[in-house]
Amino acid sequence: MMRVIIGNEILKTFRKWRTYIGFIAVGVVVPLVEFGLKAEGGSLVRNMTRGLGEDFLIVGNLFNAYFITYFIMNSLWVHVPFLISLVAGDQLAGEATGGTFRLMLIHPPSRSRILAAKYATTLLYTFSLVAFLALLAFGLGLALFGTGDLIVPGRTLTIIPRAEVPWRLALAFGLGVWSMWCVASLALLFSSLVENAIGPIIGTMAVIIVFLVVSSTPISLFTAIRPYLFTTYFNVWQKVMEQPVPWREIAAHTAYLGLFSIGFYMATWYIFVTKDVLS
Amino acid sequence: MPGDIVLETVNLGKKYGDRWAVRGLNLSVNRGEIFGFLGPNGAGKSTTIRMILSLISPSTGSVELFGLPLRENRGTVLARVGGLVERADFYLYLSARRNLEIIADLNGGVSLSAIGEALETVGLAGRAGDRVKSYSHGMKQRLGLAAALLGSPELVVLDEPTSGLDPHGIKEVRDLIARLAAERNVTVFLSSHLLSEIEHLATSMAIINNGSLVVQGSVSELLSAGTGTVDVIAVPAARALEIIRSLPYVENAIPGEDRICVKIPAAHAGSMNAELVRGGIEVRALVPRRSLEEYFLSITGEAPGL
Repeated sequence: MMRVIIGNEILKTFRKWRTYIGFIAVGVVVPLVEFGLKAEGGSLVRNMTRGLGEDFLIVGNLFNAYFITYFIMNSLWVHVPFLISLVAGDQLAGEATGGTFRLMLIHPPSRSRILAAKYATTLLYTFSLVAFLALLAFGLGLALFGTGDLIVPGRTLTIIPRAEVPWRLALAFGLGVWSMWCVASLALLFSSLVENAIGPIIGTMAVIIVFLVVSSTPISLFTAIRPYLFTTYFNVWQKVMEQPVPWREIAAHTAYLGLFSIGFYMATWYIFVTKDVLS
Repeated sequence: MPGDIVLETVNLGKKYGDRWAVRGLNLSVNRGEIFGFLGPNGAGKSTTIRMILSLISPSTGSVELFGLPLRENRGTVLARVGGLVERADFYLYLSARRNLEIIADLNGGVSLSAIGEALETVGLAGRAGDRVKSYSHGMKQRLGLAAALLGSPELVVLDEPTSGLDPHGIKEVRDLIARLAAERNVTVFLSSHLLSEIEHLATSMAIINNGSLVVQGSVSELLSAGTGTVDVIAVPAARALEIIRSLPYVENAIPGEDRICVKIPAAHAGSMNAELVRGGIEVRALVPRRSLEEYFLSITGEAPGL
């Protein structure tokens, strides 16, 4: 029974034009970035690694598919969350706008089940979008630039040997999905509060941008509240590229993000189950 | 069987802030009847129906379906109920058939042939593959009825199913409801703000005003009790007016352009007609003009609404 309800939620979501905006955006922007870098990007890496080749032995081309993919992963901060909120923010509010709660909620399946099916659909969409981004960025990068060692720009320049990059990138994307699920949970929570999808989209983006500012501005007041913001843990995927890998920190960040997601979902559940459907 | 109660509300109430949308409502609907739930716009009909279908949780009291409290038995009892709440809305970007399939799945799976049958019943089989976006309001409303019929419910709850339809659409929907009750022995709970609709369709009715029950009973008994207005079209008009005014039970008679507007207890309309014919008058028509407003006035002595 649950499988059928989830199947129908997936069908409803993936038959909507809105759902493909994210895929189209990624499908346009990623090739644009990669072809652009191909055309004139060599100098970017040359600047970063100036003189490095004299002191270190670097295997292969530094301006490679791994670097490009890692570079494009920075869209997980703001751009991808926006594309996720487009769909996640519509999950409940869209039904209210369309008046279809009156269709869905007068039958035996409980609201808890309907919500669980919607959550599963939202997580699936989020996963699909991030996976599409990863495969496109890496696939096209491979075709255009080939592979090599990964240089990770940061306060210090880290170089990850070619052989280690695939599993680290895969793990980084897994953790990227995990943090995007947190965004999706928040957008779903906002979606349960209103009857129009615009609110949840703006709300989610506002929260993320404000929190990111707080997370990255070194003021003592901000430092104090930082641990309570989910965006503080968004950098979990970047941690994978540190040398040596800070496993303990990654585990803690992952756990916090999971707790935030569960918290958002529980709040959504309470609001949705006790809500009077007036739309 | 008679006396088998399908739907009962016990002291049902809903409060929004300081205002009671519905208050202390006790309704009881027997199996097999078409129950008319009548009241002016904003009287609390829709709130009541939403509470019956679990869209809104009551502030006081309870809804019982098939003798079981809705709150504790939601899944079990709603499997036996079909509903259409206000305007029929669907997933516009999906076909009518796909919409019904989604609803069928929520009802625990209904065979494809049953879906086809429901579409056939409401006359939409030919357009079933089209997106609902392309449907007219009337077609959506009929699709809403098809949705309410999926899974062979014992009770169908319809909230103003004819609102916004053209006369042809209204007739179609009314005929459909009458057929349902007659052929499938479905109990129908039907809300309306039109007395004539309830009069045509229902066997029992309840009237609600400002959130409270005004009266409940059989339609024929309730309607014969009140005073109504009857338009009499008769020739010659002057002589007819004389006769009408001479009758003791006529409360008032006002001649109009081509008709005489007579205020009279409903039960006496027949004997007035007999008197006119006996007096040699050619009676061409007796048109009862019973608006809900007038009916309200006659039984409550006050105007409906606020």
